[in-house]
Amino acid sequence: MAPRSFLQWPVVRQLSTGDLLGRGPAVTSAKTKAIAPRTATADRVVQSVCPYCAVGCGQRVYVKDEKVVQIEGDPDSPISRGRLCPKGSASEQLVNSPGRQTKVLYRAPRSKEWEHLDLATAVEMVADRFIETRRRTWQQEDDQGRLLRRTMGIASLGGATLDNEENYLIKKLFTAAGAVQTENQARI
Amino acid sequence: MANADCIIIQGSNMAECHPVGYQWVAEAKARGAKVIHVDPRFTRTSAVSDRHIPIRAGSDVVLLGALINYVLTNDLWFKEYVTAYTNAATLVHEDYRDAEDLGGLFSGFDPEKRAYDTSSWAYAEKGDGAIDEPGPGSEHGADATARAAGHAFGSGGPPLEHAEVQRDDTLQDPRTVFQIVKRHYARYTAEMVRDMCGIDAADFEYMVRAITENSGRDRTTCFAYAVGWTQHSLGAQFIRAAAILQLLLGNIGRPGGGIMALRGHASIQGSTDIPTLFNLLPGYLPMPSAGRHDSLEDYLSVIGSKKQKGFWADADAYTVSLLKAWWGDAATADNDWAYDYLPRLTGAHGTYETVMGMLEDEVEGYFILGQNPAVGSAHGRMQRLAMSHLKWLVVRDLNLIESATWWKDGPEIESGELRTEDIETEVFFLPAATHVEKAGSFTQTQRLLQWRHQAVAPPGECQSELQFFFELGQRIREKLAGSEDERDRPLLDLTWDYPTDEHGDPDAEAVLAEINGRHLDGPDAGKPLSAYTELRADGSTAAGCWIYTGVYADGFNHAANRKPGQEQGPAAPEWGWAWPANRRILYNRASADPAGKPWSERKKYIWWDEEQGKWVGDDVPDFPVDRAPGSKPDPSVGGPAALSGDDPFIMQADGKGWLFAPKGLVDGPLPTHYEAQESPVANALYPQQQSPARLVFPRSDNLSAPSAGTSGADIYPYVFTTYRLTEHHTAGGMSRWLPYLSELQPEMFCEVSPELAAERGLEPYGWATIISPRSAIEAKVLVTDRMRPLAIGGHTVHQIGLPYHWGVGNSAVVSGDAANDLLGVTLDPNVQIQESKVASCDIRPGRRPRGRELLDLVAEYQVRAGITIETGNRAVTDPAAEGIEPGPGKDGRTAGGPG
Repeated sequence: MAPRSFLQWPVVRQLSTGDLLGRGPAVTSAKTKAIAPRTATADRVVQSVCPYCAVGCGQRVYVKDEKVVQIEGDPDSPISRGRLCPKGSASEQLVNSPGRQTKVLYRAPRSKEWEHLDLATAVEMVADRFIETRRRTWQQEDDQGRLLRRTMGIASLGGATLDNEENYLIKKLFTAAGAVQTENQARI
Repeated sequence: MANADCIIIQGSNMAECHPVGYQWVAEAKARGAKVIHVDPRFTRTSAVSDRHIPIRAGSDVVLLGALINYVLTNDLWFKEYVTAYTNAATLVHEDYRDAEDLGGLFSGFDPEKRAYDTSSWAYAEKGDGAIDEPGPGSEHGADATARAAGHAFGSGGPPLEHAEVQRDDTLQDPRTVFQIVKRHYARYTAEMVRDMCGIDAADFEYMVRAITENSGRDRTTCFAYAVGWTQHSLGAQFIRAAAILQLLLGNIGRPGGGIMALRGHASIQGSTDIPTLFNLLPGYLPMPSAGRHDSLEDYLSVIGSKKQKGFWADADAYTVSLLKAWWGDAATADNDWAYDYLPRLTGAHGTYETVMGMLEDEVEGYFILGQNPAVGSAHGRMQRLAMSHLKWLVVRDLNLIESATWWKDGPEIESGELRTEDIETEVFFLPAATHVEKAGSFTQTQRLLQWRHQAVAPPGECQSELQFFFELGQRIREKLAGSEDERDRPLLDLTWDYPTDEHGDPDAEAVLAEINGRHLDGPDAGKPLSAYTELRADGSTAAGCWIYTGVYADGFNHAANRKPGQEQGPAAPEWGWAWPANRRILYNRASADPAGKPWSERKKYIWWDEEQGKWVGDDVPDFPVDRAPGSKPDPSVGGPAALSGDDPFIMQADGKGWLFAPKGLVDGPLPTHYEAQESPVANALYPQQQSPARLVFPRSDNLSAPSAGTSGADIYPYVFTTYRLTEHHTAGGMSRWLPYLSELQPEMFCEVSPELAAERGLEPYGWATIISPRSAIEAKVLVTDRMRPLAIGGHTVHQIGLPYHWGVGNSAVVSGDAANDLLGVTLDPNVQIQESKVASCDIRPGRRPRGRELLDLVAEYQVRAGITIETGNRAVTDPAAEGIEPGPGKDGRTAGGPG
C-alpha cells in the first residue's frame, strides 16, 4: 500500500471539507460515495396509504424494475406529515417478505398436506361449491310464510383490511346470492 | 386534536397503537394542553401524558358518571349550549322509571326475553301520549338486539314518528331529560369512584378540574378511545357516557372537542360504511328483517319518518338509489325497485352466531378475507373447532395464517381434540395482493377516504379481492345463466359489468363511481351525482352508498386529492375526501352560538354571515347553508325543512344532541354501571351485578367464571385485559411474518405487578400459565411497576395484561399462545361486540401442560369453581330488590348457587 499523503489525514479532511465534527464528507468512504439510496435510484414513486391502522398515514412507494424497493412516509400528508410507525416503516417487507405465499394451495378432505392448484381451477371449484351449498341450504320462506330468500350455509369474515371498492363488491355479490352472514373486524 | 386544550385518552393506548396520530396530541400538549391517560396499565401513552390514572378494567361508567355528576352538581355545565342544542329540556313520558328506582333495572325489563320493552323511555307527546318510533310501534329490545340495531346509527340517530316534543326550557320539570340525568348520576360520587375504579380522590379532582377548566366558550376538551371502550358487555354505553359529558360541557361540533374513535384497521371505518356486516346495507341502512321489513313500504316506514327532522327523513331516496345501483333496469316502480331481491334476517347472524352455526353443521362454506379468527376472535378454541365442521373453507391472505393451517398445526391437533386425518374440511388458500399491488380507497378513522394508486402488479397467483370477487361473481352468473329458478334472479339481474385491465383486474375507479352514484334520467343522465341531497326515491338516481355521494362529483376521484398539507389550512380539505360532503368536523353548526356567532374568537369555526345570508367558515357547514340562526319552522313539516336555526344535530330526529336516549339503545336510555360478565367485584351501585340485557351464550363450551359474592369466585381471582403492541398488528397476519417486526417483539408475555408476582411466586422472565374457564395459555413473565394493584372496596384487585398478537402454528416467523383463547363469548346487546377487555383468570408459575393434560387442567379448575352452564348467566341478579317477581326456580336466586 502506498504511503498516505498528509492531505488524507483526517484532521486535514475535516478542515478542508468544512466537516469540522468529522461526521460527514470527511469520513465518507469511497464505497459509500459510490452508492445512492434506493429512493434516489427508483424508476418511479407512487402515492399510497399505510395498510395497518386507521390513522391513514401517507406513504411513498419507490419502484425499480417493477419491484417495490422502499416505502417511506409521505411528507405531503396533512395527517402524518411524513412519519410512519414501526409497522408502516416495515411495510416494504410486507410486500417482499420471504414467507409470503404467492401460490394457490389446496388441502383435500382428510389430507395431511397442501398441494398446489391452478388459480383458474381453484376459482372454478369455489364457484361450484358456492352454488351447490347455496342450493342445498336455500331458505325461501320462514315457517310463517314470510320471504327469506337466503342461505345460511355460506359465511364470510373480513373487510377491515380491504378497500371500500372491494367491500362493496363483496357485499353486493353476497347479498344478491342471499348469503347474509358477511362480517368483519368491526364486529370484533 | 391539535386544537384541544385538554385531552382525555381512556380505553386506548394511543401513543403505542396510533403513534403517528399521536403527534397531534403531542402538538396540543406542546401548546399547553393537558393530557390525561386513564388506563389499567401504565403504558407508552401514560409515559408521555401529564398524568396516568390507573383504573379497574370495566369500571369506566362509574368514573364518567361521576364526572357528569360533578359537572351538574357544581353547576359547571355550558348552559346556553345545553339548553339550545341538547335534549335537556325535552320531557320524557311519565311511565319512565329509572335504574335508581328499580335496583339497577330501567322500566320495561322482560326477564323471559332478557331484554327491554323500551316504549316507556319515549319522549312525552302533547296530551299523555309518547313519541314512538315510526311504523307499527316500539320494537322490542330482544328483536333490536338480534339485528344489532345500534349499528345502524353510524350516520345518524334513531328515527322518531315526529319531532313535536314537549319542552320545559327552565329545565325544572322533574320529567325533563336534565332532571332525569341529574337524578340518575347523583350516587356516582368521588367516593364511589375510589371504591369501584380504584382511583383516589386527588386523581379524580385533578381530572375533573382539567376537564371543566378546559371546556366552555374559550376552551375545548377532547376524548379519545379505542377498543378499550368498545369490547365490553356494555361498550356502547361507555361511549354514550362520554357523549353525555361532552354535550354537557359543549364540546361537540367544535374544534378541539369531540370524541375520537381510534380504529385499528386501515379501512375498518370503510367496511362499516360499506358494510361487510350482516345487519347493514351501505350507508347505515338496516338489512331487512322478516316480520319487520317485509315490504318496501314497511321498511321505509320504520327506518325514518317523513315527519321527523333532519336528513334521515329522506331515507327512502337513499334506499331506492341503492336498489337502482345494484339491480339497474330490473329495479322498477312496479317491483318496488327489486326490494324483494334482498335477503331477510330472522335474528342475529353475527360472526359469533355463525361460528356456533358451524358447530351445528349449518354452515358449509366460509370465506376468510384478510382476517385471522383462529387468533384474533374471542374464544379461539371455539373458532377453530367450528372451522373443522365446514365442508369448505377459503382463506385469502398474504401469509399462511393460523386460520388456514389449524387443521395441521393448531392447538387442538396437539391436545388430541382433532386429528388431521379425520378432518373433512376442504381448504383453499388463495394468495392476496398487498396494498401497493392494487388501486382503491381506504376510509380512515376520521371518515376520510384516501385513494391508493397501484405501484406494481401482484406477484405469482396473488390477486386483489376486487378481481377475485368480480371473477367469482362472473363464474357464478355464467353457471346460473338461463336458470328459470326465481331465486337466481337477484344474481342474474345484478349490475356486474366493470371495465378491466389487461390482467383482468377491474377498474376500482369504476366501482367508486358506482358507489358515488349518477343521474339516470333527464338532461344529466349518466352524470355523477355531487351530493346526497340530489338523491331521489323515484328511480331517477342510483348510488351504491349515499353517504359517499360526492366523492366522485364531476367525474373526478376526490379520494385521490393530494394537495400537500403544507399548502393548505388546518382542515386540509383538498387532501382526500371525508364523508359526508367533505366535512371534517361533524355537527359543526354547534361551533357557533344560537345566534350564529362563534362562541369565542379562539374557537371560531363556522358562523352565520348576515350579509351573505349563509353559514361560512373553515369547513363545509354541516347545516342547511341558508337556514338563519333564528329560523323556527313548524316541526310538523318534517325533514331538513323542519330543522330550526338552533338544531345543529341534523341527523338526529329532533335536531338535538341526546343526553337521554329515548330510542335506539336496548340496554338503557342512560349509561349505568354494571360489572363485567366475570368480575371479582360486586356492583356497589345496584343489586344488579351485570348488564341485564347483555347477550349471553350458556353452553358447555362457553363457561363463565363465578362473580363476586358467589361460590367459586376465588378460583379465578384475577382480572385480565388484552392489548396490542406497536410492533404488531392485531392477530399478526401482517406482522408476525415480517422478520423486522418479529425480531422487535418475538414472544408472548404477560405483565404483572411485583405484588402479584410475589403472591403467586412468578419469576421475572420465567414462564406463567394463565387459566380461564375456557382455556389455559402460557406466557413469559414481565414483572413491572406499570401494573399497579388497586384497592377496591377494601380488597386488592390484581390485573394482568396480555398482548394478543401471537398464535400457535408453524408458518409465522414467531408464534406463541393466543390470549384470545382465554376469552368466552358474551356480547354487547346493541352492536354484538364481545367483551374481551375484562375477564377472570388464575395465574401460576411454569409452562402449561401439553396434550390431553391441558384439557384436564382447565376442567379441574371448572370443577373446583363449581361452574355450570348457568354460572354468571342470570339476567336479573336479585329479582326481589329489582321489582321483578321471581318465578320458582327460574329467575329466583337459589341459595348457594352460582350467580
